[in-house]
Parts: sequence; structure tokens; C-alpha cells
Amino acid sequence: MATHSSGIGRRRLVVGAHYGVGGFLAQRLTAVVLALYTLLLVALVLWRRDLSYEGWASLFVPLWMKALTLIALAALLYHAWIGVRDIWMDYVQPTGIRLALQTVTALWLAYCAVWSVQILWRV
Amino acid sequence: MTPSSPLDGARRRPEIRNIHVTQIVGYRLPPAGLVSILHRISGAALFLFLPLLLWLFDQSLISELSFARLAEFAGQWWVKLILLGLIWAFLHHLVAGIRYLMLDLHVGLDPGPARASALAVFAVSVPLAAAAGLRLFGVI
Repeated sequence: MATHSSGIGRRRLVVGAHYGVGGFLAQRLTAVVLALYTLLLVALVLWRRDLSYEGWASLFVPLWMKALTLIALAALLYHAWIGVRDIWMDYVQPTGIRLALQTVTALWLAYCAVWSVQILWRV
Repeated sequence: MTPSSPLDGARRRPEIRNIHVTQIVGYRLPPAGLVSILHRISGAALFLFLPLLLWLFDQSLISELSFARLAEFAGQWWVKLILLGLIWAFLHHLVAGIRYLMLDLHVGLDPGPARASALAVFAVSVPLAAAAGLRLFGVI
């Protein structure tokens, strides 16, 4: 049993499985990854100053750029999963419909992950 | 309830209810509330348009031909309008997101700074989106 000083207030002991904490943290960590990747991409495009097909596509040829882009896209999809799941939980009350929407969302994002790999490794 | 409770006596507890859907348009949100709901709306829009964004990315990389076709497709005014909307959604989501990360770190939680940072979100995201729009439609 935890000590009483670890809860909120003097009497109340806050317990639980902390299911939400993982999602909360993941949403913020993926947000940081996405912000950093955005900075990188904008910097690379501004530095190259070449927006022809050659200039643009050659950005994604090196393995490190493919890897960083795939990591960013994976972060994007996980970030979207938490956000969209929150929207369904807030506005869709019937359990069956909510579960169906969440399932479709998860499958769709998984599909996008595979698609992302194909897009990147075709360059 | 102890006799000293402020809820005692003739004073009735104020009733707080959710507003009805029809009241949304006339409901004046504080700046932070507006940033918040627009953060959600912009996030939802980016999710809904994810297939378009991935398709654009795909077409831009496949070949010189697909790149040229994409440039032609994106030259239409209604495509530019959608892209401008998505650029705004991205910028708002990014800038408001940075504000939320700061609030999570307990930076600027007081009412004054919180209101100022909410207004700052618009002061950054709207001009950037406007500049992107002017560039997109060939004004600058």
C-alpha cells in the first residue's frame, strides 16, 4: 500500500492503472519529433534552393533521410491515432459505434504506415 | 455539511449545463478557448486530408512526369484553396502545439501570460498562412 503522502491532498489517494499516461506522453513526444522534423525539412529545402523534381527527390535518396522521414511519419501516425481516438471518446458515446470508429481509424493508420514505406523506398 | 459552508442558506447553487449545438455560433470563447477548439479542428482536418497529403508526397517523388502532372494539378484554384486551408491547419496545429508543450512544462500558466500566448498563436500562425496564401496564388 502506498503512503498517503503520494496522493493529491491529505486524505485522497490517487490510484489506477495509469492507462492514459502512456498516451499522454507519447502524444507530446511525437509532437516534439514532428516539430523537429518540420524544422529539418524546411531548413533543407531553403538551403538547397532547388524545387525542381531532381532537387526535391534527391533529398529523400540517402538512407538517413529515408529513416528520419519514416520515423517522422510513424510519429505522425501515432500522434494522429491518439488525437483521433480522443475525438471519438469525447463525441461518440455508444460503445459499439465508438469501437467501430476506433478500429477503422487504427486499421487506416496502419495502412498509411505501409504506404509511407512504399512511397519512400521507391525514390 | 457544516454550518459555515458558503452554499448554505438562501443562495442556490448555480446550474452549469453544456450549451446546445445551436448556441455554438453565438458563444463567445476567450482566446485560449478559440486556440483550443481550432487545435482540435485543425488536427481533425489534417487527419481527414492525410490520404491527399500522402498522395501528393507520393506523386512528387515517383518520377519527373508525375511531378510535372502534380504541378499542373496543384495549379488549379480549388486545389490551391484546399492546400491553403491545410497549410493554415498545419501552422495553427504546430504553433498552438508548442504553446501546449510550454503549458505542460508549467510555463505561462497564469491568466495574463496564458491569454497573451493564446493571442500570440494567432499572431504567428495567421500571418504565416496569409504569406503562404499570397505565394500560392502568385501575388508574391
